[in-house]
Amino acid sequence: MDSGQQATLALQLLAIDPGLGGVTIRARSGPVRDALLRLVDPGAKRIHPAISDEALFGGLDLSATLTTGHLVAERGLLAAPGPMILAMAERAPVRLAAHLAVALDKGAGHTLVALDEGVEPDEAVDAKLTERLAFHIDLSDISLHEISTNPPGKAGQPPTLPMGGGFTPTQGRGLPSVAPELLTQITRIASDLGIDSLRAPLFALRAAKAHAILNDRDHITTEDIETACALTLAHRATRIPEPQPQEPEDPPPEQTENQNTEDTLDIPDELLLDAVRALLPDNLLDRLAAQKARQGRGNGTGAARKGNRRGRPLPSRQGRLSDGARIDIIGTLRAAAPWQTIRRNATGRDGLHIRPADFRIKRFEEKSDRLLIFTVDASGSAALTRLAEAKGAVELLLAQAYARRDHVALVAFRGTDAELLLPPTRSLVQTKRRLAGLPGGGGTPLAAGMVAAFEQATHATRRGLTPTIAILTDGRANIALDGTADRKQAAIDAQQIAKVLRAHGIDAIVIDTGNRPEPALRNLAQTLDAAYLPLPRADAHRLSQSVATALGD
Amino acid sequence: MTPFPFSAIVGQDEMKRAMILTAIDGSIGGVLVFGDRGTGKSTAVRALAALLPPIKAIKNCPVNSAKAAEVPGWANLKAKRVHETPTPVVDLPLGATEDRVTGALDIEKALTKGEKAFQPGLLAKANRGYLYIDEVNLLEDHIVDLLLDVAQSGENVVEREGLSIRHPARFVLVGSGNPEEGELRPQLLDRFGLSVEVTSPKEIDTRVEVIKRRDAFENDNAAFMLRWQAEDAAIRDRILKARKSLAKLKTPDKTLNDVAELCLALGSDGLRGELTLLKAARAYAAWRDDTALTRAHIRDVAPMALRHRLRRDPLDEAGSGTRVARRVEDVLG
Repeated sequence: MDSGQQATLALQLLAIDPGLGGVTIRARSGPVRDALLRLVDPGAKRIHPAISDEALFGGLDLSATLTTGHLVAERGLLAAPGPMILAMAERAPVRLAAHLAVALDKGAGHTLVALDEGVEPDEAVDAKLTERLAFHIDLSDISLHEISTNPPGKAGQPPTLPMGGGFTPTQGRGLPSVAPELLTQITRIASDLGIDSLRAPLFALRAAKAHAILNDRDHITTEDIETACALTLAHRATRIPEPQPQEPEDPPPEQTENQNTEDTLDIPDELLLDAVRALLPDNLLDRLAAQKARQGRGNGTGAARKGNRRGRPLPSRQGRLSDGARIDIIGTLRAAAPWQTIRRNATGRDGLHIRPADFRIKRFEEKSDRLLIFTVDASGSAALTRLAEAKGAVELLLAQAYARRDHVALVAFRGTDAELLLPPTRSLVQTKRRLAGLPGGGGTPLAAGMVAAFEQATHATRRGLTPTIAILTDGRANIALDGTADRKQAAIDAQQIAKVLRAHGIDAIVIDTGNRPEPALRNLAQTLDAAYLPLPRADAHRLSQSVATALGD
Repeated sequence: MTPFPFSAIVGQDEMKRAMILTAIDGSIGGVLVFGDRGTGKSTAVRALAALLPPIKAIKNCPVNSAKAAEVPGWANLKAKRVHETPTPVVDLPLGATEDRVTGALDIEKALTKGEKAFQPGLLAKANRGYLYIDEVNLLEDHIVDLLLDVAQSGENVVEREGLSIRHPARFVLVGSGNPEEGELRPQLLDRFGLSVEVTSPKEIDTRVEVIKRRDAFENDNAAFMLRWQAEDAAIRDRILKARKSLAKLKTPDKTLNDVAELCLALGSDGLRGELTLLKAARAYAAWRDDTALTRAHIRDVAPMALRHRLRRDPLDEAGSGTRVARRVEDVLG
């Protein structure tokens, strides 16, 4: 089955059982996606990432209320169950994702088609949402005619599917039966694929049932399970299951036999796993890395921060007109409107009555500034080799940081401990001067340097900055945290701090300044979940370019 | 749809125990459930509602008052009859506005009759019951501040839009969330009495059982509910019994000493840790139908009562639950 058929099938199954939650469609806008979306109920409501809570949950319809004189409530989109199409789903803020997740959880018949137009692997729909959608379809390598072909199963299916209305568990002749062994198998496959969440096997089960209904069967067969697992589990896989030894010539005939007799009780796990494995994306491991990268990581800019001065607008709030706050005129008038009758009666004055309690203040969300913490190895080993080059690279980075209005801090480690040479600043000149005056020599207390950088990073987070740590070292750590010269302990300490940094979601980048790339440093970068860059020989320009790329400029 | 029965939840013993303990003694102060996606957090909280014994309250009272004298004046209730009603479990949605949470001017009355009346919010509804916040770590800061204040004082004060109203708002906070998506402020953490961490079960058999029950729940709802509602009723009776025996439970000075020593060794902030641990241990002893509090009870509930009260130690990679367990071993032997 190719992805075009899969996509159509997924939408059909969704129409049969809204309990499947929905589908993520990862594709750029284009004829293929449009063709697929035509299969969705034309009555589907379209929502967008910036949709307001009022539009979702309903609220007071002020103009209607004022004209009619009694309360007219506006119905929100979530009030009636039905399919929804979320455009630009990868840009949906956490708040919206959470709302939709709760709506899907309630099982009131909402289904969601999330259109993910992300280009980079780390632009993707919020995991909270994808977790609750059974299917994931990638349309990037499908041509148009694959979509318009008739879906497998029933031929002559009407092109438009009444989503959400087709099927209720109590209606008709009941649900297809499931043999208990099949339940066990679905569960085992899900855990073989490294899927922790129990929603996945539940979705697989539901999809299998829906597939059986689609094909007019009253029990679930191998085919149903295979298709369902392929559709619901493949994209959730976090590891590739061990391929078990098997004779290559055997499986095909066996498979057809099984299907013909429809013997549901004895499907080898192998077969199902194969079905899923065939659908595992080739770049699974890359995608996993991207997924991991997405958690708690920015896209080059700082984290979101709320304020009342600049940035993207947020819903306004009641507030005081204090320093710099900006009033939301419409919001204020809306707040004051219900009171006009009372206030007129109370004061006997005509005209608009606005009291301080009515004031609504505009709020904006802006990206916070980034802080680059350079953690430079000034030990003897590094000084001997390439300290000068590292300095050159840092200077180039500083110039870039200056252009981006990033803050910069400088930590150096040598001898037995680390030293904060420069607290966070935007002053380029000062940084350059401190850096130039940085002497080399002594041991390599890598762990101590990282601890100092970590302290700076946590301070910065508290002040609303988003820190990124750039570690420049040759990686031969030989001074442990307690200051003793113990190579082994030093390495362990460094690894441990790296774990802490990662647990705190602090971005990092490791630049190897050694003559030869140091494997230990690559490991450290992995633990940090950081980019690892061996310093290109005698070319500070190339280094700063690669750093800029790694930081996501 | 009726919620999934509490007793039918497979495994997750610590989470279930924590919820039962708060049901026995509401003053323990709520449960925080943190864990990965798809581990049954929300299912358990929604199941809890069906498990709670009913309360006696004045009919139609906006704050569920127990006695006629406690009904607030602004409610304008004529008949004050006591009736039995399920313990309120109120959902606080993430996007809730301040108006919705604290209550605000009744717009309909203001517009149509030109009358100043108070429309109670979620905090009034949750009085004497539970307030459930899903994705609690994503809650907007200004709502958190508001909740902290009310949870502390047990009273909701509305001073806005020309209204000046206060009403009791004593509720048990139940929160759930996914730690990957954000941390909770320590002030809010501290307001939760117990905290549990849930993970999805690792054994195939357990996982299959979960799928089976869920499948039965969805497809053969009537029979499934019949089977498990009986078990739920048994738990409810045991909770009621434990509530009664809680008063008679003996608390030897020796165990008080243990509690204090343990909290001291862990360096938990304030005395709330000691108090919660003691209450939770007593509730646990009552649940087990024991007559006196012993070390064993303390040992069993210490992790859930204390794990979220420790100072964060960036150099300790093991979870705070392990740290508590280690200290329990050290102190209680």
